Amino acid sequence: MSAVLPRERLIVTIARLLEGVRHVAVGASSPIPAAGAMLLRALAERQGKPRVRISILGSREHNFFTNGSAELFDCAGQGRIDAFFLGGGQIDGEANINLVGTGDYPQTPVRWPGSFGSSYLYFVVPRVILFREEHTPRVFVEKVDFVSAPGTSPEGVYRPGGPHTLLTGLGVFSFDKARKRFRLESVHPCHTLAEITAATGFAFDHDADVAQTADPDAETLALLRGRVLTELGETYPEFARQINVDIAGLDLKWAG
Amino acid sequence: MQTHTLDDLARMVPDGAKLALPVDYAGVSMVMTRPLIARGLTGLHVVCLPTGGMQPDMLIGAGCVATIETSAMTLGEAGGAPCFSRAVREGSIRVMDATCPAVHAGFLAAQKGVPFATLRGMIGTDVLANRPDWKVIQNPFSQDPDPIVAIPAIRPDVTIFHCPMADRDGNVWIGRRRELASLAYASERTLVTVERIVDTSLLADEVMAAGVLPALYVEAVAVAPRGAAPIGLWGEYPADMAEIGRYAREARTPEGFRAWLDGADRALEAVS
Repeated sequence: MSAVLPRERLIVTIARLLEGVRHVAVGASSPIPAAGAMLLRALAERQGKPRVRISILGSREHNFFTNGSAELFDCAGQGRIDAFFLGGGQIDGEANINLVGTGDYPQTPVRWPGSFGSSYLYFVVPRVILFREEHTPRVFVEKVDFVSAPGTSPEGVYRPGGPHTLLTGLGVFSFDKARKRFRLESVHPCHTLAEITAATGFAFDHDADVAQTADPDAETLALLRGRVLTELGETYPEFARQINVDIAGLDLKWAG
Repeated sequence: MQTHTLDDLARMVPDGAKLALPVDYAGVSMVMTRPLIARGLTGLHVVCLPTGGMQPDMLIGAGCVATIETSAMTLGEAGGAPCFSRAVREGSIRVMDATCPAVHAGFLAAQKGVPFATLRGMIGTDVLANRPDWKVIQNPFSQDPDPIVAIPAIRPDVTIFHCPMADRDGNVWIGRRRELASLAYASERTLVTVERIVDTSLLADEVMAAGVLPALYVEAVAVAPRGAAPIGLWGEYPADMAEIGRYAREARTPEGFRAWLDGADRALEAVS
């Protein structure tokens, strides 16, 4: 077994979190979620499981929509999209996300692009994976300054969708909708619970002895480094090139 | 059909107009940005279907925009929209923050000639809390409490976009970029720039006809090869990321934005 890059571990974890999904949509400029979805598709094919469809927004190769940019949302509203990824400039302990800015709205001193489709997709896509590589107290705050999309809704509000998992550069959290609280499920290798606690602005549940995020088996890693990175290169050439350079560096380090 | 100059098209946009613009990947008439700025337009209400990029950012930087209604403003991989962010910080524009499907719903209502369309989601967001023009209503078909958001029709005065071709009858070919049709259906007048004019009617061949926006919805057409540059046009040419990146850096200050505009003017004069 050779060493694994932190980003490869994220990709493999995403594929695991997507298990059983039939149609996954990925936002533009999200190479790691896209790679995770492509790995899921490759694994499903190998195991003879039902075909996995992937829609990458803004991509020509991985976009079968013919009804303009409204089609993704129409599809999601009908329950035709099983999983989607959301990030955020801020994410809080109740899984509320903020894509608008910090400070008092509307004249926010730091202004981010905006909510995009999050205020809708978080409600209607069953398995939303919150993904943010940067795990710092400025991202994971006690309470977001602006709610682009809430983690939970009161009873009586139509809400088939919502947060399923929070994946960061440090660990994996599940979300308990009833208790409105995250639970740390595993810590990535080379990181610690203490490090995560210090980097997180909200309280979360965890076992006394937190598990380590599993590494991929050799077969999965080979599939990722072969077919998946080739496919990824069609949409994210720069990202695929960089990760190949990093893998080559790993092998050298391992050999030395 | 008479074709127009870019300045002719720019003159069809009045001060204070509600101006609708498409998302970057659908076909932005970047070539119209300068003629609009050169007119010294003020008080525009820009609506982005459903997000905006370099074009509305330039219009904001040039002081043409009073209100922007959008789900996001971004230069994609080049980062945030610099003039937009500055204007928000300074409080010099009004932002009507939206979410993508809500903007689509507003255009759909206008297309159907009905006062509003309803949409799931949004309840409990600060997006909804800051949009007094959106109303939460009870689903009239449900016996149980079932709140749902009503989005009023969006009826722009003018839409401007760019696509590959038009024919001599003024039909334009939008392929599968159906948001361009949504814009035109909802708008009072639609101004289109194209890469080229073709001599054969676009409706003559059923395969092509499926991607046609009929002349009925098109007020005026102007020819502008590479008219979407530096953003890029589907099926024609890619984005010039280096140029967009240069804009992202230079437009960070008002002086830098002005210098970038002037520099590009000089470059234009040099080729013409």
